[in-house]
Amino acid sequence: MDVLSEAPGAHSALGRVGAGTKLVLLAVLSVVFLLSADWVTSGTGLLLLVVLTSATGLNPARIAVRLWPVLTAALLGGWATALLAEKAGETVADLGVTVLTTGSLEAGAAIALRSGALALASVLLLLTTDASEIGQALAQTFRLPARFVLAAVAALRLVGVMVVEWGTLASARRARGLGGAGGSSGLRGLAGACADFGPRTFALVVQALRRASRLSTTMEARGFGSGPRTWLVRPRYGRADLVALVVGLAVPAVAVAASVLSGQHRLIFGG
Amino acid sequence: MSGAGARVRAEGFGWRHPGREEPAFSGLDLEIPPGQKVLLLGPSGAGKSTLLHALAGLLYEDDGDEQAGLVEVDGVPPREARGRIGLMQQDPEASIVMGRVLEDLAFGPENLGVDPALIPGRAREALAAVGLGLDDDHPTSALSGGQKQRLGLAGILAMRPGLLLLDEPTANLDPEGVEEVRDAVVAAAEARGSTLVIVEHRVQVWVDHVDRVIVLRPGGGISHDSAPAEVLSRAREELVAAGVWVPGHIPRGPAPDARTASATTAAGPAPDARAGETAGSGALRSGARLLSAASLSVSRQPPDRRWTRARRRAVRRSGEAAPAFAPARGEAAAALPWGRPARLAAGPVDLRVAAGEHLAITGANGAGKSTLALTLAGLLAPAGGIVAASGELRSGGGGAGREVGWDPLSWGPEELITRVGAVFQEPEHQFVRPTVRAELELGPRLAARARREDPGEGPARIAESLLRRLRLDHVAEANPFTLSGGEKRRLSVGTAIAARPRVLLLDEPTFGQDAHTWGELVDLLRELMAEGTAVVSVTHDLAFVSALGGSRLRLPGPAGRAAALPADEDPASDAARRASAGERAADAGLRPAAGPRSADPRVPARGGR
Repeated sequence: MDVLSEAPGAHSALGRVGAGTKLVLLAVLSVVFLLSADWVTSGTGLLLLVVLTSATGLNPARIAVRLWPVLTAALLGGWATALLAEKAGETVADLGVTVLTTGSLEAGAAIALRSGALALASVLLLLTTDASEIGQALAQTFRLPARFVLAAVAALRLVGVMVVEWGTLASARRARGLGGAGGSSGLRGLAGACADFGPRTFALVVQALRRASRLSTTMEARGFGSGPRTWLVRPRYGRADLVALVVGLAVPAVAVAASVLSGQHRLIFGG
Repeated sequence: MSGAGARVRAEGFGWRHPGREEPAFSGLDLEIPPGQKVLLLGPSGAGKSTLLHALAGLLYEDDGDEQAGLVEVDGVPPREARGRIGLMQQDPEASIVMGRVLEDLAFGPENLGVDPALIPGRAREALAAVGLGLDDDHPTSALSGGQKQRLGLAGILAMRPGLLLLDEPTANLDPEGVEEVRDAVVAAAEARGSTLVIVEHRVQVWVDHVDRVIVLRPGGGISHDSAPAEVLSRAREELVAAGVWVPGHIPRGPAPDARTASATTAAGPAPDARAGETAGSGALRSGARLLSAASLSVSRQPPDRRWTRARRRAVRRSGEAAPAFAPARGEAAAALPWGRPARLAAGPVDLRVAAGEHLAITGANGAGKSTLALTLAGLLAPAGGIVAASGELRSGGGGAGREVGWDPLSWGPEELITRVGAVFQEPEHQFVRPTVRAELELGPRLAARARREDPGEGPARIAESLLRRLRLDHVAEANPFTLSGGEKRRLSVGTAIAARPRVLLLDEPTFGQDAHTWGELVDLLRELMAEGTAVVSVTHDLAFVSALGGSRLRLPGPAGRAAALPADEDPASDAARRASAGERAADAGLRPAAGPRSADPRVPARGGR
């Protein structure tokens, strides 16, 4: 795995949309979903996003599989909210220690759906965009300081290097007689791998720090920060971006409209 | 930005690393006119790399008293002239910044404010100059060490600096690549009139192409400074004594008998006599087969779980003997249980590793040498074919160990290290203990545990003797990460041999070694071979190959992939029979490469998971 290799969804319809456009859309979606505390807004939004995902040529089921930790967390968050939220409306179930009411269940559903929608929106951006594209958009379209953006992009490459390094360290430790067996597993292999996790992580951190300091030297040796810089690739925005912007902004608009029309709309502050 | 070369001037210049007593270098008086090409020499520890960093303006003063004297590039402190200076560091991984080839090459010119329209042309020119034929979008993480070094150099050349500072720019390259890259550097410098300062152990490569040789004195100052021929004749003895690779001086000559180097060492007693002395490792007949590979193809891609499970079951079912392996080609080579779809780094190859003999794996940068070595060492899963241990290797040291299966990949780590020791290209990866002494004690300790014995004083004794032999006794209590490059490499070799493996695999063992430590390493390996250890080395160093003798496997470059004729026999299935027949591996060990194969079993990596 390499975070800077081509994004897996680069050839989908969303892959042709500029990174700047997608960043704007993600920001708008996040703000709308974060501010809305009702389940209709987040539910409609999530539904629309799933439909759009398949429309752009990505498989929502596959994404769901990748996202399972986030989705599990969303469900747990929803459940916790349902247990703890203000007990409004009719009682649905009395669990003894706590009661579930329609109000608390709605609040729980809203939280779970909201987390799902936000996670899906972020993953759509990451799946269809190279890290360096995001960097170019941040630095050139949004005029963030180049020094900060490029350092972040270079650091992101290190993440990919570290992923490879994690595997190398496993081999290297095995060659020293530590850790689990390469081909064997079962209980012995699992126990070895668990016992090895701590030292291996420490070794990785040591390597990461050394590499980071060498990388910053290299960047300076290549004239980084020596004066005003140019950019080989300029982000270009065209028809695809316009379409994406219209469709993308329609998602929160429709979601909020549906919620207001059904009388369910509620902001997180002031109920 | 002017295209002409930069002028370097230093007066009483010195630098002391924060927290150190002794300066890295001191008292330098130096004037390098624009366009001059300078080779910088000196014993290890004379501060050559630090001086390059200082000239590049990349050293920072923490306390304000690190720097002494004055240094200027074009009349200003190097920091202010940074856009005019390109420095290439030793570590190839550290020479790359971005994730794609073109992005990386563009990084320097972008920082210097070069017109974007001109950058792709410059990038392509630099790429061609260093002999790299890569797509613009090629991920930089997928390059080999040598390829990274070339790309890093191209990244510097694309900046068209007035002052080029190169720290061992050809250390990781194959022999053809060394000349190619050197010519590229010289041509680039001459075309732009750039000033060039090179640090390089191997004087031979550069001596006919530079105008001036400067020799740093370890205590401070400069001991020699004039035309190359003059320095080399006047200071030859001094340079040899300092461990510099002076042209025409090879510390150890070829092995007495290149084919059976293991039979005798240069001045050692007969192998059997020595083997008897070695505690813990039984006497091994020289030439007995220890490890063999059949139709082995290798890949860096980790296998998926399903394949791993299927393969493990197949290994278990095969029982005592390695399976009769029918070499498969094309699609069948990538089929269960012995093959898997993966981006191949090398193969298929057939080879044998025999007791007391040396096998050198050579080939161009990116040919898959390291991957092959790691797979032989039971550290990576093969992409196709098998690696099989012979009966002698499986029974363990001196019959004391538990018998293990034929598949090194499924051995436990303690079982592995007493049989096959591997030394990685990057020594730091293998450091797992806080002191040098503890690193050397670890292997024997684990080996004793695997034999269910009380280690007693054994590990301490082995560590003590290795500390002396590897000349690491003065740093015995130091943290391994604080050692010099050459010391780190010697220590990593030491950690592997401390567990007394029957097979020792070394990835670029001589990289960064000066002539002294190179010679000592050769002595040590010759001794081990005389004791019956098989040595497999991945190397570009032809003098090293000839000093150890034995056979040689040359992997074709990434372009003309593949080796190995169709197997006329199966080395793995009849391992036990053959081992007892006592064949010499040198006779039949290697099948020669037969040019590009027609049926290329490479299977494209699966996308879109």
